[in-house]
Amino acid sequence: MTAGPPIAIRAEQLVKRFGDVTALGGVSFEVPVGRVLGLLGPNGAGKTTSVRILTTLLRPDGGHAEVLGIDVTADPHRVRGSIGLAGQAATVDENLTARENLKMVGRLTHMASAEIGRRGGDLLERFALADDADRVVRTFSGGMRRRLDLAAALMHQPPVLFLDEPTTGLDPQGRTELWAVIEDLVDTGVTVLLTTQYLEEADYLADYIVVVDHGRVIAEGTASELKTQLGSTVIEVALRDAADAPVAQERLGAIGPVAVDGKVLHISLPDGDGATAMLETVRALDDAKLEPATLALREPTLDDVFLELTGHVAEDPSANGDAAPAAGRRRRRRGA
Amino acid sequence: MTAVTTDPGPAAVLAPEVDRPHALGDSLVIAWRNLVNIRRNPQLLVFATIQPVIFILNFRYVFGGAINAQALGGVSYVNYLMPGIFVQTVVFGALTTAVGLAGDLHLGIIERFKALPIARSAVLTGRTNADLIRNFGVMILMCVVGFAVGWTIDSDVWGLVGAILLILAFSYSLSWIFAFVGLSVKDPETAQAASFPILAPLIFASSAFIPVQTMPGWLQVWAKHQPVSVVCNAARDLTLGLPAASNTLKALAWIVGIVAVFAPLAVRKYRKVT
Repeated sequence: MTAGPPIAIRAEQLVKRFGDVTALGGVSFEVPVGRVLGLLGPNGAGKTTSVRILTTLLRPDGGHAEVLGIDVTADPHRVRGSIGLAGQAATVDENLTARENLKMVGRLTHMASAEIGRRGGDLLERFALADDADRVVRTFSGGMRRRLDLAAALMHQPPVLFLDEPTTGLDPQGRTELWAVIEDLVDTGVTVLLTTQYLEEADYLADYIVVVDHGRVIAEGTASELKTQLGSTVIEVALRDAADAPVAQERLGAIGPVAVDGKVLHISLPDGDGATAMLETVRALDDAKLEPATLALREPTLDDVFLELTGHVAEDPSANGDAAPAAGRRRRRRGA
Repeated sequence: MTAVTTDPGPAAVLAPEVDRPHALGDSLVIAWRNLVNIRRNPQLLVFATIQPVIFILNFRYVFGGAINAQALGGVSYVNYLMPGIFVQTVVFGALTTAVGLAGDLHLGIIERFKALPIARSAVLTGRTNADLIRNFGVMILMCVVGFAVGWTIDSDVWGLVGAILLILAFSYSLSWIFAFVGLSVKDPETAQAASFPILAPLIFASSAFIPVQTMPGWLQVWAKHQPVSVVCNAARDLTLGLPAASNTLKALAWIVGIVAVFAPLAVRKYRKVT
């Protein structure tokens, strides 16, 4: 093989334990310069732990991590100069204005005053914050905070960017806006490691996806590779009562592997003829005297991939709060 | 294939050179940020300015009349009180250090600082330096109010300057205790709750407002030697024109001791904290 682009982010067999809990059990991946890697997994899968090790916030118990060829444990200071970190916490100062927040980061990274003013102004413009630049951040919406957080991460022009669940908790509009911003960024040649629980977010933004669960890599590939590799056409059967699920699962098992999610059953059709399988499904359900609430034949989504890989559905991060993203996600899925 | 996975060379060239950290410069930026925070947060601003003034007026005019002048050895109560109120104010003010740091942790802004190429000490020294500057401002304000309600300096201006410097040094040492507390509890409400039980015996079982001679014997043992009393007594000696060397040295020993113990503890906590 000819030499590809150099590797910007490399994780080799990363191990991290917190007491008895193994957060990372030997995770490896790499991101070539200028690409976007999506690290996809449910809560507690080890995504944030991986990011924290790569951004020098946490020391690994085992393995090796480097950014632009610099070992994160050997020279963390140099690594910090090369990276930007933006995340779910939106780490901006509430009592400073947007402009002051960027000024603070500029000063801390020893940028010249003129450069701070110019670069800060550019970023505020680019992230649609120029009109609110001199307002105190306390008054900002969630989406505005995230954009400012991202701007702050970019202030010192880091070539490598870590985005830890950048859109978790945002409403659908805020997410779409942030996606557009991230897409623009990637066009400027920045290398991005993105973690997300949103399958479609990885699908939309990432060149390459690494799926993690319980501290291990369970699959990787491009979005379409993952879909071909695992997903297949799917029949989705929604029962009226979850209690009927075991019977239905048994009866439908002859058609293809069945995964159960509450009262919804997903039958994967590896190479089957969708129409025939649909007929067989209807017959099997009828034989069992089960009447489905809905019955649908659809192309695989990354949700299906995830379900098949992990045996459980991707947890909805909005379940413990804002319900808006979930609604948006469902809406978009139906359209897919 | 191997060339791609084992040779970091081309990528390493892309990693920008990074300045050595500027411990002082970085600390000043963080201090600036903390001072702006006080200015923009009405609760903090009131806590820092109005509250000490209310304490002065309260003790001077409400409780002051009930204090037995003989127990003070012929010193007027306002002259006895003012050094005590100064010390009480910086001790309560140290709560801001704990609450502020815990708030930074809670909001995650410490993560931002830790992921930037800045001096590792800057977040803590920035915080303690900002608190020192705040305390200096508060003490100037309190001097003005104190003089307005009849406080007189029986020594000279150097006695006053010495007392203020000593109290500021004490406030700085307290900032390190409460930096440690704030980093340990990690959220502002808990920081407040955790700090009060530390503050109360220091302030109330002390010579800040009244002479300790009226306290029960067992309490006097603590009240005479604990740092708040020692600093109050030294500041009083300095402003009343009494021989101050003994109490001042004792106070300095406390200050140095507290910093020597709690600064390393706070720094270690900061490094580990997530």
